Amino acid sequence: MIKTDALIIGAGPTGLFTAHQLKLIGLDCEIVDNLDKIGGQCIELYPDKPIYDIPAIPECTGEELTNNLINQLKPFDIKFHLSERVDEVKKINENWEVKTNKGTIFLTPNIIIAGGVGSFEPRKFAPKECQKYEDKSIFYSIKDKTIFSGKTVSIFGGGDSALDWAVELSSNSKVNLVHRRDEFRGAKSTLDKVYELEKAGKINLFTKYQLKAVKGNGNLKSIDILHDNKDLKTLETDFVLGFFGLIMQLGPIANWGLNIDKKTITVDTEKFETNQKGIYAVGDICSYPGKLKLILSGFHEGALAARACFKLARPNEKYRFEFTTSSKTIKNRLGVKGD
Amino acid sequence: MSKVTYIEHDGKSHTIDIQNGLTVMEGAIQNNIPGIDADCGGSMACATCHVYVKEEWFNRIPKKEDGEEDMLDMAFEPNKFSRLSCQITVTDDLDGLIVQLPSKQA
Repeated sequence: MIKTDALIIGAGPTGLFTAHQLKLIGLDCEIVDNLDKIGGQCIELYPDKPIYDIPAIPECTGEELTNNLINQLKPFDIKFHLSERVDEVKKINENWEVKTNKGTIFLTPNIIIAGGVGSFEPRKFAPKECQKYEDKSIFYSIKDKTIFSGKTVSIFGGGDSALDWAVELSSNSKVNLVHRRDEFRGAKSTLDKVYELEKAGKINLFTKYQLKAVKGNGNLKSIDILHDNKDLKTLETDFVLGFFGLIMQLGPIANWGLNIDKKTITVDTEKFETNQKGIYAVGDICSYPGKLKLILSGFHEGALAARACFKLARPNEKYRFEFTTSSKTIKNRLGVKGD
Repeated sequence: MSKVTYIEHDGKSHTIDIQNGLTVMEGAIQNNIPGIDADCGGSMACATCHVYVKEEWFNRIPKKEDGEEDMLDMAFEPNKFSRLSCQITVTDDLDGLIVQLPSKQA
């Protein structure tokens, strides 16, 4: 069990800056994020898109912003738990016990939810019966590619993941690549390779088709794909892979007894505390009168939530407000020499 | 003000007066129309404000910009009348616009 002064859920810009604020005032924290990398929506949704409204930064991309925030945390030792999703939160005396899907357990007086619009989960196929085959014959990510060897694999999607896997698997499997339109958005070099492999008979390409139905009893046998012009084709296949990117889902947070309004968590504007003592929500996931879904608002909310954490983490100490420009204590924490 | 009609997947119809300059997505969110999530808030990064534009309107609304078609690849059951409602700005020309909502957004 890991004991910490505050647990931050979400490693997006708000979570990162909140960690900075906690460390500045002398509190420990750890960060959990369901993605396999740091940066949240900035990294997952718009790494290359320029942002123009971060104070004092005229222009930066989502990736640059993330890297700057990570750099700002360099003086501190902060443990990140990536590819982990918080599943359960339980009150134990004055603390919260927090469990992740990988079995990590935290004990902390403070939980700061900086979860954006929830956790990123793969987008799934539309037909309902696909669920039955999920993780057996239908996958949205690949953990062990050897299972496809010598089999027929039908890959859906038009981005880099779909193209990369079509190329990769075509050496040992029979590959169908199915996409809803003629244009692919993946890298041109990979696409050229796909067309080459198509000519060589290694990849069967089906464009303007979408998955209509999956068939089999227990084991997947075939799929039906439907063309824009309503032409229906049946493909025999052992496996189906779907690469439609990620979608944000509130997920287990909905079950923690918090007041939730339209996928956001209601908080006060003094501590950004939820209806549960010691659980705060900051950034896009919180709502209060006048809430602006801007990164800069998340920074402000995190700074105030961090101060609120101090009270519960250090009940016998009094929090003293200090400036980074003048405080020796803070400079020590940052590892910079005072003048 | 222009009228926009949102038809839910089950057929329930909502006709709303929307101020010109707002997007079809914003009109839905401000009026609590169920079926449009708009998780990313209109930055064309999520495909959860996906709508099917009524055929007779499809060619009357401004064409898609780069990136919208790519995002529609991610949408739930897109078809040739699919658009992201955050990319359709309400103007006088669109008075009477009808959009249908998918059975879900993700």
